[in-house]
Amino acid sequence: MLLDSLQVPVEDFEARTGWSVQPQGLCQGDVCLPLPETARTADGTLDVQQVAERAGMPLVHDETHDLWALGPAAGAERRVLTTAHAPELELPDLRTGELFRLSSLKGQKVLLLAWASW
Amino acid sequence: MWQELREELHSKGFEVVTVALDVGGVEATKEFVDRANAQHPSLLDQAHVVDELFGVVNVPNGVWIDEDQMIVRPAEPAFPGRNPVMESFEKLDVSTLPPDIADMMTEVKKIKTDPEAYKAALLDWVERGADSPYALTPEEVVARSHARTDDQARAAAHFELGQHLHRNGDHAAAIPHWREAHRLQPDNWTYKRQAWNFEDPIRQGHTDAYDGSWIEDVKKIGAENYYPSVTF
Repeated sequence: MLLDSLQVPVEDFEARTGWSVQPQGLCQGDVCLPLPETARTADGTLDVQQVAERAGMPLVHDETHDLWALGPAAGAERRVLTTAHAPELELPDLRTGELFRLSSLKGQKVLLLAWASW
Repeated sequence: MWQELREELHSKGFEVVTVALDVGGVEATKEFVDRANAQHPSLLDQAHVVDELFGVVNVPNGVWIDEDQMIVRPAEPAFPGRNPVMESFEKLDVSTLPPDIADMMTEVKKIKTDPEAYKAALLDWVERGADSPYALTPEEVVARSHARTDDQARAAAHFELGQHLHRNGDHAAAIPHWREAHRLQPDNWTYKRQAWNFEDPIRQGHTDAYDGSWIEDVKKIGAENYYPSVTF
C-alpha cells in the first residue's frame, strides 16, 4: 500500500490490505491482533508504523520522493493466504473505467484470471 | 479463448474475471479487452496487487472462488483447454531464427503446460461444485498458497513504490526499487518481466538496469519449471 503520510484513513487501509479494524484490534479471517490505544485516532486514522510493527508488515521508504510503501503481513511460516475467504479486490474495469468489487459476484463461481500484455 | 469458455459456462452460474497486471495501464491493455469483445469484468491492476493478495507470481494464473467467496484453488498456472501460443511454437524451426531469438525459443519450447487437464478440472468444478475432487478444502487452499516471508513482503512494497514512481514520470527512480523486488523475490516473474519489458520489450534481455533477463533466469531454474506443474 502506497503512502505519502504515516497516518492513513482506516477505510483506505482496509480496502487495500484486506485487514479490518475492529474494537478488538486488527482482524483478518479468524485472526485478530490487539492494537495499542495510540494506534488509532478519534478522527478515523491509523498510525501505520504501529500497525506495521504489530502485524509484521514491512514499511519501505523512498527518501528522494518521501513516499512509503506498506507491504503485506509476513513471517517465516506464513502463507499468502491465512484463510480461504477471498480477500476483497477493488480494481477498475477496463471496459467502463468504473471500480469493480470481487464481492459483487457472490453467488456465482468465479475464475479470477491474471494475464499481462508484456 | 477465455471469452469462449465464459460463454459456454455462464448460464451455469460461472463468471470469468480477468486481471491485467500492467504498469503500462489502459494504453497497454485495453485494446486486447476490446478485441476479445469481453463480456466479463476485465480489470486493470497496475500495482500487481493480486501478487500480494492472492500469491500470483506468473501469468497466466487462475484462482477459483466459489459462490460463498471461498477460494477453492489458489493461484496456479491456468490455460483454457488449448494454448495456441505454445501450439504455434511447436512447428517453429529455430534454426531459421537469429541466434538470440533461437536461444529464447528453444527454452520456450521446453515450458510445460497442461491446458486440457486444466479445462477438464474447471468444467468438473462448475458442474459439481464442492463435490468436485478439484475443489480443495480451506486448509489445502491455505497450505498451497505461496509462501509469504519477510523478504517477499518487502519485495511487494518495493514493487509498488517502483510502479508508482514510473507512472508519475520518474522511470529512473523506479529501477532501484524493482531491482530490490527481484532480489528479494526471485521466483516472481511478474515483477521481473514487467521491469525488463520497459528496457527491452522484444527479448526482455540483459540490460544495464537489471542483473537478470528472461533467458538467463529461465535457464537458471530450468524452463520446465517456469510453470510449476499443477497437482490435481
